[in-house]
Amino acid sequence: MLGYILRRCLAVIPVMLLVAVFVFLLLRLTPGDPAAIIAGDMATPAQLERIREAMGLNDPLHVQFMSWVGRLLQGDLGVSLISNTPVATMVADRVAPTLSIAVLTIIMSVALAVPMGVLAAWKHRSAADYAVMTFSVLGFSVPVFVIGYLFILIFSLQLGWFPVQGYTPMSAGLGGFLSNAFLPALTLSTIYVALIARMTRANMLEVLGEDYIRTARAKGAPERTVLFRHALKNAAVPILTVIGTGFALLIGGVVVTETVFNIPGVGRLTVDAILARDYPVIQAMILLTSFLYVLVNLLIDLSYSLFDPRIRY
Amino acid sequence: MLKQMTATLLASTMLTGAAWAETTIKAVMHSGLRVLDPVITTAHITRNHAYMIYDVLIAQDSEFQPQPQMADWTISDDQLTYTFTLRDGLTFHDGAPVTAADAVASLQRWGQKDAGGQVIMDRTASLEATDDKTITWTLTEPFVPMLDVLSKQSALPPFIMPARVAETSADEAITEYVGSGPFRFVESEFQPGLMVVYEKFDDYVPRDEPSDWMAGGKVVNVDRVEWVNMPDVQTAVNALSGGEIDYIEAMQVDLIPLLEGDPNIVVETREPTGMQTMTRMNFLHPPFDNVQVRQAAIKAITQEPVLAAMVGNPEYYSVCGAILGCGTPLENATGTETLTQGGGAEEARSLLEQAGYDGTPVVLMAPTDMVALATQPVVVSQMLREAGFEVELQPMDWQTLVTRRASQAAPAEGGWNVFITNWMVPEISNPISNPMLNGRGDDAWFGWPTDETIEGLKEEFIDAPDAATQAAVAEKIQAHALENGLLIPLGQYTLPQARRTTITEMINSPVPVFWSLKKSE
Repeated sequence: MLGYILRRCLAVIPVMLLVAVFVFLLLRLTPGDPAAIIAGDMATPAQLERIREAMGLNDPLHVQFMSWVGRLLQGDLGVSLISNTPVATMVADRVAPTLSIAVLTIIMSVALAVPMGVLAAWKHRSAADYAVMTFSVLGFSVPVFVIGYLFILIFSLQLGWFPVQGYTPMSAGLGGFLSNAFLPALTLSTIYVALIARMTRANMLEVLGEDYIRTARAKGAPERTVLFRHALKNAAVPILTVIGTGFALLIGGVVVTETVFNIPGVGRLTVDAILARDYPVIQAMILLTSFLYVLVNLLIDLSYSLFDPRIRY
Repeated sequence: MLKQMTATLLASTMLTGAAWAETTIKAVMHSGLRVLDPVITTAHITRNHAYMIYDVLIAQDSEFQPQPQMADWTISDDQLTYTFTLRDGLTFHDGAPVTAADAVASLQRWGQKDAGGQVIMDRTASLEATDDKTITWTLTEPFVPMLDVLSKQSALPPFIMPARVAETSADEAITEYVGSGPFRFVESEFQPGLMVVYEKFDDYVPRDEPSDWMAGGKVVNVDRVEWVNMPDVQTAVNALSGGEIDYIEAMQVDLIPLLEGDPNIVVETREPTGMQTMTRMNFLHPPFDNVQVRQAAIKAITQEPVLAAMVGNPEYYSVCGAILGCGTPLENATGTETLTQGGGAEEARSLLEQAGYDGTPVVLMAPTDMVALATQPVVVSQMLREAGFEVELQPMDWQTLVTRRASQAAPAEGGWNVFITNWMVPEISNPISNPMLNGRGDDAWFGWPTDETIEGLKEEFIDAPDAATQAAVAEKIQAHALENGLLIPLGQYTLPQARRTTITEMINSPVPVFWSLKKSE
């Protein structure tokens, strides 16, 4: 197991290197000029050129790349070309909102979706099954910003239960955090509930048709034990994969939800940086997101052995 | 007795509480603040930030006239020496007094970047601090618009910084943000692109005159101002309705109905002149290297459909052919009949025929990610087509556009023929600082016209001894600019703002400012 983890961790190095080269070249090949953002609309071409020179954007590509990688190896993500702020500070400020809302979303999604999926499979072709499937189709089909605005209209503007926008860190109190984070997490949950519920239902249906389930029922095991101990545990591996990749997607930033609820997360940071061609920030964000994906995938792989003893590393 | 004591105690507690209560304004501005140096960028949000924390020597009032702000001035009889005297009580946020040396260093840095400042610096014999409070600026020849340029409110106003900060190279951003303005920048709470916080600067001494645009006393009646960036205006509108913010600087006209009928919210136009939207052609490549083709493009366009598509509600736009803006002292309608009234398509076709236009496609760059610039290219391209142009409308994001417009290559090799942009009217209201009227070829603004006539007319404007002569020269500039196709004005529009009714006494200035206003609970 330890050897496997070590091998997977070492495999991260070439992956990150490839991502670094790819991101760097892709950004430099994309049209755009951070100097133009800094200088504003009234700057003359000569002024732009002087700013580009001062920012080092006129240096040859390999010089820029080596300088970036050199700093990266020392743990320095660089400084934003636009705001002169250290990228590490900018990212650190934005990670907490995204991470906390991602965790809340996954908790809410799993808490709702798994029982819904189990119920739908257990009561296959019943009204409950059709209701879960209808909700799943809706959850997938309605754009997330529409759901967000709808929730704001109902829960914030009409009922006044939650604030319209903003983010309160957990350090300021759980109540304040939940008050701001509940609606965005609920909005995001609609997609994940739909996804996880469908996946749970499909896998449960498959497992519930297995011989050992019939055996469990034949020997008189209570239905709850059959469903949750025998069936769900065996259906868990693909469900875990969906939850894991969903979590990775969430921590990569959910731009639309962050925009609708004005959450200062990494999704908005990345999009703003792309629009401003703020190369160091984009590079750092893509590297970090790639690293998180690799990490989450490793954790998912390791968690399989908890549910399926046949899987060994 | 006990009751009385309790009442007194309660009252005193409440009073103390009231004295401690902090008044905070939460405002959503038109964009997030990222660049903090008002000399390195012409971005409006950075200028707005600079007006919060810095002060200016002289400032423009609502009549576009220069007024004393940090300093009074005298002019020598030969109009060559300007002497500015700093008023008493000026202090930087770090506690150091503002000196003439600080002002000189700031003006020198500004003079390297600002178009008007460069013209002044070209004519400067000396700029020095003759004592702690006196700045003596000596010119080699008279420059009549000197005070207009120094007092302008946009792109770029000469903000005064400590000398040690102003000594930073003009091509590099400053890293220390100390001003002497009415608000103090709270650096520890600054999150680029997200939030900026300002606190009232208690040692600021306002002038005695009432506030008038950027001039007059800057009396601060709130303790703290927070600029919260919300990229989605709908979210800002919801937040304003819910009482979570106090003010939206720039409302989208199509969202105004959402706020109408709410007794707690006022939607209003901050100042009447607003913005000019306009078209710029590339003088270097066919077909717009031919003056007749440029004239044909001007004749082909009518403003009303462009503005209707862009703004929609006629309450917030007006046709205006004046290249220096309508509602300004130099407003002029010479040569604008077809632009404002239409009917020029036939003439455009005739001009194209005379020019021998061979159907060379016109590459029109269309930014799709900027709401304020997304519709004009579509309408303009159709008008050009109707007049006989072959138009290739190329959609792209704004960043790609700003990179590509700097390319002098042929349109087929990554260059361009035409694009559309918007300006704040006060920043294009003077021929000296209007970028479209720069005719210095490669040194001119994108489009690179080589136009000795416009340069000569600007010299004539600079030498004009009085306002009447200036207006006469401005008329000639207007006629020439449209004859030569330096720009095609597409009209003016205003950006309504929205505020909660608890905010009162906001100044109707083009730059949104947070002094004078009051907030009631």
